[in-house]
Amino acid sequence: MKSKALIVTGVVIFLLIVLFPFWYMRGKAAPLPEVELTPKAKAAQKCVRSTEYMRAEHMQLLDVWRDSVVRESKRIYVNPEGKEFNMSLSNTCLDCHSNKAEFCDRCHDYASVRPYCWSCHIENPKEKT
Amino acid sequence: MDSSRRRVLQLLGISALAATTKPVLNAFAKEQQASGAEVIIKEGDKVLKARQWAMVIDTRKLESEADLEPLIEACHKIHNVPELQNKNHEIKWIWGTHFHNAFPGKAAQFLSEEVEHRPFLVLCNHCENPPCVRACPTKATWKRETDGIVFMDFHRCIGCRFCMAACPFGARSFNYRDPRPFIRETNKQFPTRMKGVVEKCNFCAERLAVGQIPACVEVSNGALAFGDLYDPKSEVRELIKTHFTIRRKQTLGTEPSVYYIV
Repeated sequence: MKSKALIVTGVVIFLLIVLFPFWYMRGKAAPLPEVELTPKAKAAQKCVRSTEYMRAEHMQLLDVWRDSVVRESKRIYVNPEGKEFNMSLSNTCLDCHSNKAEFCDRCHDYASVRPYCWSCHIENPKEKT
Repeated sequence: MDSSRRRVLQLLGISALAATTKPVLNAFAKEQQASGAEVIIKEGDKVLKARQWAMVIDTRKLESEADLEPLIEACHKIHNVPELQNKNHEIKWIWGTHFHNAFPGKAAQFLSEEVEHRPFLVLCNHCENPPCVRACPTKATWKRETDGIVFMDFHRCIGCRFCMAACPFGARSFNYRDPRPFIRETNKQFPTRMKGVVEKCNFCAERLAVGQIPACVEVSNGALAFGDLYDPKSEVRELIKTHFTIRRKQTLGTEPSVYYIV
Protein backbone atom coordinates (compact mmCIF):
# COMPACT_ATOMS: atom_id res chain seq x y z
CA MET A 1 0.00 0.00 0.00
CA LYS A 2 2.98 2.24 -0.39
CA SER A 3 1.73 3.80 -3.57
CA LYS A 4 -1.64 4.78 -2.10
CA ALA A 5 -0.93 8.49 -2.29
CA LEU A 6 0.22 8.12 -5.86
CA ILE A 7 -2.93 6.27 -6.85
CA VAL A 8 -5.22 8.76 -5.17
CA THR A 9 -3.45 11.67 -6.87
CA GLY A 10 -3.71 9.85 -10.16
CA VAL A 11 -7.42 9.23 -9.71
CA VAL A 12 -8.03 12.85 -8.75
CA ILE A 13 -6.15 14.12 -11.80
CA PHE A 14 -8.01 11.65 -13.99
CA LEU A 15 -11.38 12.80 -12.66
CA LEU A 16 -10.43 16.43 -13.09
CA ILE A 17 -9.56 15.85 -16.72
CA VAL A 18 -12.57 13.67 -17.47
CA LEU A 19 -14.99 16.05 -15.79
CA PHE A 20 -13.31 19.10 -17.29
CA PRO A 21 -16.35 20.13 -19.41
CA PHE A 22 -18.58 20.03 -16.35
CA TRP A 23 -16.51 22.08 -13.90
CA TYR A 24 -15.20 24.44 -16.52
CA MET A 25 -18.63 25.36 -17.86
CA ARG A 26 -20.45 25.21 -14.53
CA GLY A 27 -23.21 27.78 -14.34
CA LYS A 28 -22.53 28.98 -17.84
CA ALA A 29 -25.10 27.04 -19.87
CA ALA A 30 -25.42 28.38 -23.38
CA PRO A 31 -28.63 30.38 -23.67
CA LEU A 32 -31.47 28.82 -25.66
CA PRO A 33 -31.45 30.14 -29.19
CA GLU A 34 -34.08 32.69 -30.12
CA VAL A 35 -35.30 32.35 -33.65
CA GLU A 36 -36.40 35.45 -35.49
CA LEU A 37 -39.39 35.54 -37.78
CA THR A 38 -39.45 37.71 -40.85
CA PRO A 39 -42.39 40.12 -41.18
CA LYS A 40 -43.77 37.85 -43.87
CA ALA A 41 -43.59 34.77 -41.65
CA LYS A 42 -45.21 36.72 -38.81
CA ALA A 43 -48.00 37.91 -41.04
CA ALA A 44 -48.71 34.38 -42.21
CA GLN A 45 -49.22 33.40 -38.55
CA LYS A 46 -49.13 29.71 -39.35
CA CYS A 47 -46.55 27.62 -41.14
CA VAL A 48 -47.37 24.60 -43.26
CA ARG A 49 -48.27 22.84 -40.01
CA SER A 50 -48.56 24.01 -36.42
CA THR A 51 -45.54 25.60 -34.77
CA GLU A 52 -45.08 22.69 -32.35
CA TYR A 53 -45.21 20.20 -35.18
CA MET A 54 -42.76 22.18 -37.29
CA ARG A 55 -40.38 22.63 -34.39
CA ALA A 56 -40.26 18.94 -33.67
CA GLU A 57 -40.83 17.36 -37.06
CA HIS A 58 -39.60 19.74 -39.76
CA MET A 59 -36.79 17.41 -40.71
CA GLN A 60 -39.16 14.50 -41.25
CA LEU A 61 -41.52 16.76 -43.14
CA LEU A 62 -38.71 17.95 -45.41
CA ASP A 63 -37.60 14.37 -45.96
CA VAL A 64 -41.11 13.41 -47.06
CA TRP A 65 -41.22 16.48 -49.29
CA ARG A 66 -37.95 15.59 -50.90
CA ASP A 67 -38.93 12.02 -51.64
CA SER A 68 -42.38 12.98 -52.88
CA VAL A 69 -41.08 15.62 -55.26
CA VAL A 70 -37.97 13.91 -56.55
CA ARG A 71 -38.96 10.28 -56.59
CA GLU A 72 -42.74 10.38 -56.99
CA SER A 73 -43.05 13.67 -58.90
CA LYS A 74 -45.77 14.86 -56.54
CA ARG A 75 -45.16 18.49 -55.78
CA ILE A 76 -48.25 19.71 -53.94
CA TYR A 77 -48.75 19.40 -50.19
CA VAL A 78 -52.21 19.96 -48.78
CA ASN A 79 -52.12 20.58 -45.04
CA PRO A 80 -54.93 19.53 -42.65
CA GLU A 81 -56.57 22.94 -43.15
CA GLY A 82 -56.76 22.28 -46.89
CA LYS A 83 -54.19 24.87 -47.85
CA GLU A 84 -51.92 23.93 -50.76
CA PHE A 85 -48.17 24.37 -50.78
CA ASN A 86 -45.54 23.78 -53.42
CA MET A 87 -43.11 21.38 -51.75
CA SER A 88 -39.91 23.33 -52.22
CA LEU A 89 -37.30 24.24 -49.67
CA SER A 90 -35.97 27.26 -51.54
CA ASN A 91 -39.20 28.46 -53.09
CA THR A 92 -41.68 27.80 -50.28
CA CYS A 93 -39.91 27.53 -46.90
CA LEU A 94 -37.35 30.21 -47.60
CA ASP A 95 -39.90 32.44 -49.23
CA CYS A 96 -41.21 33.24 -45.75
CA HIS A 97 -38.15 32.31 -43.73
CA SER A 98 -35.78 34.30 -45.88
CA ASN A 99 -33.51 34.92 -42.90
CA LYS A 100 -31.63 31.66 -42.79
CA ALA A 101 -28.95 33.00 -40.43
CA GLU A 102 -31.45 34.07 -37.77
CA PHE A 103 -33.99 31.34 -38.32
CA CYS A 104 -32.37 28.08 -39.37
CA ASP A 105 -28.77 28.48 -38.32
CA ARG A 106 -29.31 29.60 -34.74
CA CYS A 107 -31.01 26.40 -33.70
CA HIS A 108 -28.87 24.21 -35.90
CA ASP A 109 -25.73 25.67 -34.38
CA TYR A 110 -27.08 25.27 -30.85
CA ALA A 111 -28.04 21.65 -31.50
CA SER A 112 -24.80 21.11 -33.42
CA VAL A 113 -26.49 19.72 -36.48
CA ARG A 114 -25.07 20.53 -39.87
CA PRO A 115 -27.62 19.86 -42.58
CA TYR A 116 -26.01 20.11 -46.01
CA CYS A 117 -29.19 21.21 -47.78
CA TRP A 118 -27.51 24.49 -48.63
CA SER A 119 -24.68 23.11 -50.66
CA CYS A 120 -27.23 22.76 -53.46
CA HIS A 121 -30.44 24.51 -52.44
CA ILE A 122 -30.24 28.25 -52.73
CA GLU A 123 -30.43 29.80 -49.30
CA ASN A 124 -31.31 33.33 -50.30
CA PRO A 125 -33.93 33.01 -53.00
CA LYS A 126 -34.80 36.69 -52.85
CA GLU A 127 -31.40 38.30 -52.76
CA LYS A 128 -29.67 39.31 -55.92
CA THR A 129 -26.33 37.72 -56.65
CA MET B 1 -53.05 -17.68 2.94
CA ASP B 2 -52.13 -20.37 0.48
CA SER B 3 -50.84 -18.10 -2.23
CA SER B 4 -47.60 -19.51 -3.38
CA ARG B 5 -44.53 -17.59 -4.38
CA ARG B 6 -45.39 -18.38 -8.01
CA ARG B 7 -48.86 -16.89 -7.66
CA VAL B 8 -47.50 -13.66 -6.23
CA LEU B 9 -45.01 -13.32 -9.06
CA GLN B 10 -47.75 -13.94 -11.63
CA LEU B 11 -49.94 -11.25 -10.11
CA LEU B 12 -47.06 -8.82 -9.97
CA GLY B 13 -46.23 -9.50 -13.60
CA ILE B 14 -49.77 -9.00 -14.81
CA SER B 15 -50.24 -5.78 -12.89
CA ALA B 16 -46.94 -4.44 -14.19
CA LEU B 17 -48.07 -5.25 -17.71
CA ALA B 18 -51.43 -3.56 -17.15
CA ALA B 19 -49.78 -0.46 -15.73
CA THR B 20 -47.34 -0.06 -18.61
CA THR B 21 -49.39 -1.05 -21.65
CA LYS B 22 -51.97 1.67 -21.38
CA PRO B 23 -49.58 4.63 -21.65
CA VAL B 24 -47.68 2.94 -24.49
CA LEU B 25 -50.88 2.27 -26.39
CA ASN B 26 -52.00 5.83 -25.75
CA ALA B 27 -48.74 7.16 -27.09
CA PHE B 28 -49.08 5.06 -30.24
CA ALA B 29 -52.67 6.15 -30.72
CA LYS B 30 -51.66 9.77 -30.38
CA GLU B 31 -48.84 9.38 -32.86
CA GLN B 32 -51.17 7.74 -35.35
CA GLN B 33 -53.58 10.59 -34.95
CA ALA B 34 -50.85 13.14 -35.47
CA SER B 35 -49.35 11.55 -38.56
CA GLY B 36 -52.75 10.73 -39.95
CA ALA B 37 -53.83 14.36 -39.76
CA GLU B 38 -55.43 14.53 -43.19
CA VAL B 39 -52.43 15.57 -45.22
CA ILE B 40 -52.62 15.06 -48.96
CA ILE B 41 -49.61 14.87 -51.23
CA LYS B 42 -50.49 15.18 -54.87
CA GLU B 43 -49.41 16.27 -58.32
CA GLY B 44 -50.06 19.78 -59.52
CA ASP B 45 -53.11 20.40 -61.71
CA LYS B 46 -51.13 21.72 -64.65
CA VAL B 47 -48.67 18.83 -64.96
CA LEU B 48 -48.06 17.59 -68.52
CA LYS B 49 -48.13 13.84 -68.88
CA ALA B 50 -46.98 11.30 -71.42
CA ARG B 51 -46.11 7.65 -71.67
CA GLN B 52 -42.71 8.55 -73.06
CA TRP B 53 -41.60 12.09 -73.72
CA ALA B 54 -39.70 12.43 -76.96
CA MET B 55 -38.01 15.15 -78.95
CA VAL B 56 -37.60 15.68 -82.67
CA ILE B 57 -34.75 17.96 -83.70
CA ASP B 58 -34.98 19.41 -87.18
CA THR B 59 -31.30 19.87 -87.89
CA ARG B 60 -32.10 21.63 -91.17
CA LYS B 61 -33.27 24.59 -89.17
CA LEU B 62 -30.16 24.71 -87.00
CA GLU B 63 -27.46 25.51 -89.50
CA SER B 64 -24.64 26.93 -87.42
CA GLU B 65 -23.27 27.05 -83.90
CA ALA B 66 -24.90 30.45 -83.56
CA ASP B 67 -28.30 28.84 -84.04
CA LEU B 68 -27.64 26.39 -81.20
CA GLU B 69 -26.33 29.03 -78.84
CA PRO B 70 -29.68 30.44 -77.61
CA LEU B 71 -31.05 26.93 -76.97
CA ILE B 72 -28.02 25.90 -74.94
CA GLU B 73 -28.04 29.22 -73.14
CA ALA B 74 -31.72 28.89 -72.21
CA CYS B 75 -31.17 25.45 -70.72
CA HIS B 76 -27.93 26.12 -68.90
CA LYS B 77 -29.23 29.36 -67.46
CA ILE B 78 -32.38 28.00 -65.84
CA HIS B 79 -30.65 24.87 -64.57
CA ASN B 80 -27.64 26.62 -63.05
CA VAL B 81 -25.19 24.73 -65.22
CA PRO B 82 -21.69 26.03 -64.49
CA GLU B 83 -19.25 27.13 -67.16
CA LEU B 84 -15.90 25.52 -66.54
CA GLN B 85 -13.10 26.33 -68.92
CA ASN B 86 -11.19 23.11 -68.28
CA LYS B 87 -12.53 20.58 -70.80
CA ASN B 88 -12.07 17.75 -68.30
CA HIS B 89 -14.34 19.44 -65.79
CA GLU B 90 -16.97 20.62 -68.23
CA ILE B 91 -20.66 20.25 -67.30
CA LYS B 92 -23.03 19.81 -70.23
CA TRP B 93 -26.76 19.29 -70.38
CA ILE B 94 -27.21 20.13 -74.03
CA TRP B 95 -24.51 20.98 -76.54
CA GLY B 96 -23.55 21.00 -80.18
CA THR B 97 -21.30 18.43 -81.75
CA HIS B 98 -19.97 17.35 -85.12
CA PHE B 99 -21.89 14.86 -87.29
CA HIS B 100 -19.22 12.18 -86.92
CA ASN B 101 -19.30 12.47 -83.14
CA ALA B 102 -23.06 12.49 -82.89
CA PHE B 103 -23.47 9.56 -85.28
CA PRO B 104 -20.25 7.57 -85.13
CA GLY B 105 -19.68 4.39 -87.03
CA LYS B 106 -19.12 3.67 -90.66
CA ALA B 107 -20.74 6.47 -92.61
CA ALA B 108 -21.04 6.53 -96.37
CA GLN B 109 -17.81 7.31 -98.13
CA PHE B 110 -19.15 10.53 -99.57
CA LEU B 111 -21.63 12.60 -97.63
CA SER B 112 -23.70 15.66 -98.22
CA GLU B 113 -21.22 18.34 -97.35
CA GLU B 114 -23.90 20.50 -95.88
CA VAL B 115 -25.06 17.77 -93.46
CA GLU B 116 -21.53 16.78 -92.58
CA HIS B 117 -20.66 20.28 -91.46
CA ARG B 118 -23.92 21.03 -89.73
CA PRO B 119 -23.71 21.19 -85.91
CA PHE B 120 -25.86 18.59 -84.19
CA LEU B 121 -27.62 19.41 -80.98
CA VAL B 122 -27.17 16.55 -78.52
CA LEU B 123 -28.54 15.91 -75.06
CA CYS B 124 -29.63 13.03 -72.86
CA ASN B 125 -31.70 10.72 -75.07
CA HIS B 126 -33.98 9.58 -72.25
CA CYS B 127 -33.62 6.07 -73.64
CA GLU B 128 -36.43 3.61 -73.30
CA ASN B 129 -33.86 1.05 -72.28
CA PRO B 130 -31.37 3.18 -70.38
CA PRO B 131 -28.02 1.53 -69.59
CA CYS B 132 -27.13 4.22 -67.05
CA VAL B 133 -30.06 3.18 -64.87
CA ARG B 134 -28.84 -0.39 -64.74
CA ALA B 135 -25.37 0.77 -63.79
CA CYS B 136 -26.42 2.95 -60.85
CA PRO B 137 -25.78 1.17 -57.53
CA THR B 138 -27.93 3.52 -55.44
CA LYS B 139 -30.95 4.06 -57.69
CA ALA B 140 -30.00 7.70 -57.88
CA THR B 141 -31.00 7.57 -61.52
CA TRP B 142 -34.07 5.77 -62.75
CA LYS B 143 -36.64 5.77 -65.49
CA ARG B 144 -39.81 7.53 -64.37
CA GLU B 145 -42.80 5.33 -65.01
CA THR B 146 -45.10 8.29 -65.34
CA ASP B 147 -43.42 9.91 -68.34
CA GLY B 148 -40.33 7.97 -69.35
CA ILE B 149 -37.85 10.63 -68.25
CA VAL B 150 -34.51 9.26 -67.09
CA PHE B 151 -34.32 11.22 -63.87
CA MET B 152 -31.55 11.99 -61.39
CA ASP B 153 -31.84 12.18 -57.63
CA PHE B 154 -28.86 14.31 -56.69
CA HIS B 155 -29.48 13.56 -53.02
CA ARG B 156 -28.78 9.92 -53.60
CA CYS B 157 -25.91 10.14 -56.09
CA ILE B 158 -22.65 8.96 -54.56
CA GLY B 159 -20.57 10.10 -57.53
CA CYS B 160 -19.30 6.67 -58.56
CA ARG B 161 -19.67 7.61 -62.25
CA PHE B 162 -20.77 4.13 -63.34
CA CYS B 163 -23.63 5.81 -65.21
CA MET B 164 -21.17 7.96 -67.12
CA ALA B 165 -19.28 4.87 -68.19
CA ALA B 166 -22.53 3.17 -69.13
CA CYS B 167 -24.01 6.02 -71.16
CA PRO B 168 -23.00 5.61 -74.81
CA PHE B 169 -23.86 9.22 -75.57
CA GLY B 170 -21.66 11.05 -73.08
CA ALA B 171 -24.76 12.79 -71.84
CA ARG B 172 -23.67 12.84 -68.22
CA SER B 173 -21.20 15.17 -66.54
CA PHE B 174 -19.47 14.88 -63.20
CA ASN B 175 -18.89 17.75 -60.81
CA TYR B 176 -15.19 17.50 -60.16
CA ARG B 177 -15.32 20.88 -58.46
CA ASP B 178 -17.86 22.87 -56.53
CA PRO B 179 -19.90 24.30 -59.42
CA ARG B 180 -21.21 27.36 -57.58
CA PRO B 181 -18.41 29.82 -58.32
CA PHE B 182 -18.73 29.02 -62.02
CA ILE B 183 -22.41 29.75 -62.42
CA ARG B 184 -22.67 33.00 -64.26
CA GLU B 185 -26.19 33.92 -63.22
CA THR B 186 -27.93 31.81 -60.61
CA ASN B 187 -31.56 30.92 -61.12
CA LYS B 188 -32.91 31.07 -57.58
CA GLN B 189 -35.83 28.80 -58.35
CA PHE B 190 -33.64 25.84 -59.19
CA PRO B 191 -31.01 24.22 -56.98
CA THR B 192 -27.38 23.99 -57.95
CA ARG B 193 -25.37 20.81 -57.60
CA MET B 194 -22.46 20.10 -55.31
CA LYS B 195 -19.04 18.63 -55.82
CA GLY B 196 -19.15 14.88 -56.35
CA VAL B 197 -22.46 14.33 -58.12
CA VAL B 198 -23.30 13.47 -61.69
CA GLU B 199 -25.78 15.59 -63.62
CA LYS B 200 -27.51 15.66 -66.97
CA CYS B 201 -30.55 16.93 -68.86
CA ASN B 202 -33.83 16.24 -67.05
CA PHE B 203 -36.12 17.05 -70.01
CA CYS B 204 -37.18 20.05 -67.90
CA ALA B 205 -39.20 17.90 -65.52
CA GLU B 206 -39.64 20.91 -63.23
CA ARG B 207 -41.23 22.83 -66.11
CA LEU B 208 -43.43 19.94 -67.24
CA ALA B 209 -44.73 19.78 -63.67
CA VAL B 210 -46.16 23.26 -64.05
CA GLY B 211 -47.43 22.84 -67.60
CA GLN B 212 -44.51 24.30 -69.54
CA ILE B 213 -42.60 22.63 -72.35
CA PRO B 214 -38.82 22.29 -72.09
CA ALA B 215 -36.88 25.54 -72.28
CA CYS B 216 -34.84 24.56 -75.34
CA VAL B 217 -37.99 23.69 -77.28
CA GLU B 218 -39.61 26.94 -76.25
CA VAL B 219 -36.81 29.11 -77.64
CA SER B 220 -36.11 26.99 -80.73
CA ASN B 221 -38.56 28.72 -83.11
CA GLY B 222 -39.97 25.38 -84.20
CA ALA B 223 -36.65 23.62 -84.80
CA LEU B 224 -37.37 21.36 -81.85
CA ALA B 225 -40.62 19.50 -81.24
CA PHE B 226 -41.63 17.83 -78.02
CA GLY B 227 -44.40 15.37 -77.28
CA ASP B 228 -45.56 11.91 -76.33
CA LEU B 229 -43.98 9.21 -78.45
CA TYR B 230 -46.91 6.89 -77.84
CA ASP B 231 -49.61 9.37 -78.71
CA PRO B 232 -50.21 8.81 -82.45
CA LYS B 233 -51.59 12.32 -82.73
CA SER B 234 -48.68 14.09 -81.06
CA GLU B 235 -46.49 16.56 -82.87
CA VAL B 236 -43.43 14.37 -82.60
CA ARG B 237 -45.22 11.36 -84.09
CA GLU B 238 -46.53 13.51 -86.90
CA LEU B 239 -42.98 14.67 -87.69
CA ILE B 240 -41.56 11.15 -87.45
CA LYS B 241 -44.30 9.90 -89.76
CA THR B 242 -43.71 12.53 -92.41
CA HIS B 243 -39.91 12.88 -92.30
CA PHE B 244 -36.96 10.55 -92.44
CA THR B 245 -35.43 10.59 -88.98
CA ILE B 246 -32.34 9.04 -87.44
CA ARG B 247 -31.39 8.38 -83.84
CA ARG B 248 -27.97 8.18 -82.23
CA LYS B 249 -26.30 4.76 -82.01
CA GLN B 250 -29.50 2.85 -82.73
CA THR B 251 -27.69 -0.45 -83.02
CA LEU B 252 -26.96 -0.43 -79.28
CA GLY B 253 -30.63 -0.98 -78.58
CA THR B 254 -31.03 1.70 -75.93
CA GLU B 255 -33.97 3.14 -77.87
CA PRO B 256 -33.21 6.86 -77.67
CA SER B 257 -36.19 9.20 -77.52
CA VAL B 258 -34.49 12.01 -79.40
CA TYR B 259 -35.00 11.88 -83.17
CA TYR B 260 -33.11 13.87 -85.78
CA ILE B 261 -34.45 15.07 -89.10
CA VAL B 262 -31.46 15.44 -91.42
